[in-house]
Amino acid sequence: MKRGFALKRDWIHGWLLLLPAMVFLFAFTHIPAVTTFLNSFFSTPRGRRPAKFIGLSNYERMLDDPVFWKVLWNNVWFAFGTIPASVGLAIVMALWVNDRLAGRSFVRMAYFTPTVLPLIAVANIWLFFYTPGFGLVDQITGALFGWPASNYLGNPDTALNAIIVVTVWKEAGFFMIFYLAALQAIPVTLKEAAQIEGAGRWTVFWRITFPLLMPTTLFVCVNAVINSFRLVDHIFILTDGGPDNASALLLFYIYEVAFRFWETAYGATLTVALLVLLSLLAIGQFFFFDRKVHYK
Amino acid sequence: MLKSTFLKAVAATALTFSTWASAQAVDLQFYFPVAVGGKAAETIQELTDAYVAQNPDVTIDAVYAGSYQDTVAKAITASRGGNPPQLSVILSADMFTLIDEDLIQPFDDYLTSDEDKKWLEGFYPAFMENSQTGGKTYGIPFQRSTPVLYWNKEAFEAAGLDPEVAPATWDEMVEFGKKLTRKDDSGNVTQWGVRIPSSGFPYWLFQGLAIENGAILANAEGNKTNFDDPKVVEALQYMVDLSTKYEVMAPGIIEWGATPKAFFEGQTAMMWTSTGNLTNVRDNAPFKFGVAMLPEKAQRGAPTGGGNFYLFKGASDEQNKAAVKFVQWITAPEQSAKWTIATGYVAPRAETWDSDTMKAYAADFPAVLVARDQLEFAKAELATYQNQRVTGIFNDALAAAITGQKDAETALKEAQAQAEEILSEYR
Repeated sequence: MKRGFALKRDWIHGWLLLLPAMVFLFAFTHIPAVTTFLNSFFSTPRGRRPAKFIGLSNYERMLDDPVFWKVLWNNVWFAFGTIPASVGLAIVMALWVNDRLAGRSFVRMAYFTPTVLPLIAVANIWLFFYTPGFGLVDQITGALFGWPASNYLGNPDTALNAIIVVTVWKEAGFFMIFYLAALQAIPVTLKEAAQIEGAGRWTVFWRITFPLLMPTTLFVCVNAVINSFRLVDHIFILTDGGPDNASALLLFYIYEVAFRFWETAYGATLTVALLVLLSLLAIGQFFFFDRKVHYK
Repeated sequence: MLKSTFLKAVAATALTFSTWASAQAVDLQFYFPVAVGGKAAETIQELTDAYVAQNPDVTIDAVYAGSYQDTVAKAITASRGGNPPQLSVILSADMFTLIDEDLIQPFDDYLTSDEDKKWLEGFYPAFMENSQTGGKTYGIPFQRSTPVLYWNKEAFEAAGLDPEVAPATWDEMVEFGKKLTRKDDSGNVTQWGVRIPSSGFPYWLFQGLAIENGAILANAEGNKTNFDDPKVVEALQYMVDLSTKYEVMAPGIIEWGATPKAFFEGQTAMMWTSTGNLTNVRDNAPFKFGVAMLPEKAQRGAPTGGGNFYLFKGASDEQNKAAVKFVQWITAPEQSAKWTIATGYVAPRAETWDSDTMKAYAADFPAVLVARDQLEFAKAELATYQNQRVTGIFNDALAAAITGQKDAETALKEAQAQAEEILSEYR
């Protein structure tokens, strides 16, 4: 009897501890996600016309929507453009500032600065860099090579790439911090032992450092993948998705559909597509790569 | 997803605040956007404070709500959350969207006396085109603008042109533009002839070209567009030709925000942009400049633009009356003149232009009169049901043509077909 009571008390205690976090998790994640899923089967309610059940029509429309495929393709391109580059750059920067060099803290701070700045502010700075004619990029290329004025953001062939550059610049410093922490956790003895065996710098990196960094790489890659779908703030400032959706990404398109065109039902459908895509990626990364990550 | 959650949270917070505030007498909440630099937000706050000081029975909470896009998004979200503002300044072109969402009510119910009706007639008809539909008045013009042509007099002189004469026709604009376009020794352009910005919302300035060519982009009921009208195609072809055939304008999409700066830096000798920039140009241009009406093809023409006051549903009778009174006060000559001088927006009532303050200002700075005089030729800004979506489609088509991905005719035909699909259910 007494034991049962104690168990029950533990049980209540446990739930009470969980409650605050759960309330927020449900209010801001689970309930909206379920509502979104349900909304995707209804038409958009307008003031004078309530929502009605339309089955899979929104999904059919999505599959026929050329803009949806375009932004999805843009997103794939954006992911391939940003993830390897920012992760690679992060490793290089981390190795560099992990070494003993003059002004190490200053360099570390400089690399980390882009992460601290809000993306909107960053986008405004880069907007100036890219400005045709008198922007920083044009002033430099004009003075050094005599290149004519460019229009990176106003040209559909270069707009997305210009945005990728901003994103890599913004993200690499953030990922560098994780690598820096991981590098400092690697015992120096391993490196010294290898050097005694006559291993060069490259072998040390490739055979020891890099494999030991793998758990960090997994973590960073998961974040990078999520970010490649999540970071769209700068697009609002830099191109507004233009020209002709050349630089629009999936989340940007969702915002546009839901809060500019006020087609909330179709916005919900696109959101479901994004959720499914992200879940698949997360599951894939954890289940397939997790096994290969740990160095044995 | 994240955004919608966030907006809900904002709406919830706003709700708490409003319940708390409505314990007092007549409370008004009023959203306003700021689309141009300068002292716009301060001036609105100042005017509101002055009104509240004169009328102690009313409190007005003027809320800066971001860009036009942000403001309409906030107003719709707040309304859906059961907490609409009583008044908001929103793009005049969003009228049909707001009617469709059933969020606004006509002003007519509160403008019943003869005096009120006469007051309504005091606005320039060009501005009322976007403010009335089905015989009802849904919008009261406030921060309204229209595009004009700015030119650099010193650059004109250097190119051997009369610095006091702006191009009056499309052909002249090309002809002047060719003289004004300068290249350095390696063939790179250092100064373009003309600049018509096209980022974000290219439809607005393009509409100027379309009207000049005698085309109307959408009907007054807001349920039919004419994007594939041959005159529209011709206008778009002209815009594309400016950079490809005549080479007097930079190729590709041209950024709005950087346009005044490019003008100040001498990157372009002429620019098309809103009168909302007038005060900015006056304060910052390091050379003498002129302001002219947009050049003509078949006729002069320009779209109107900018924001109207809307009266939201869900307020008490008392609040609505107070809101209408405030709107009448802020559009009255003295306040309106102050607003126009601070920003460059076109005062929407003739009586403002007859006031001593405005006369003195215009005598000192005659450029402000150009926009007013152009109103005679101005037409309503493109506005339809599901406006953002339809103009979005149109913007994409224009961008595709400007960047050379599609030819003008194909792009516009496709846009028209998509717009038809959306608008057919509103007829």
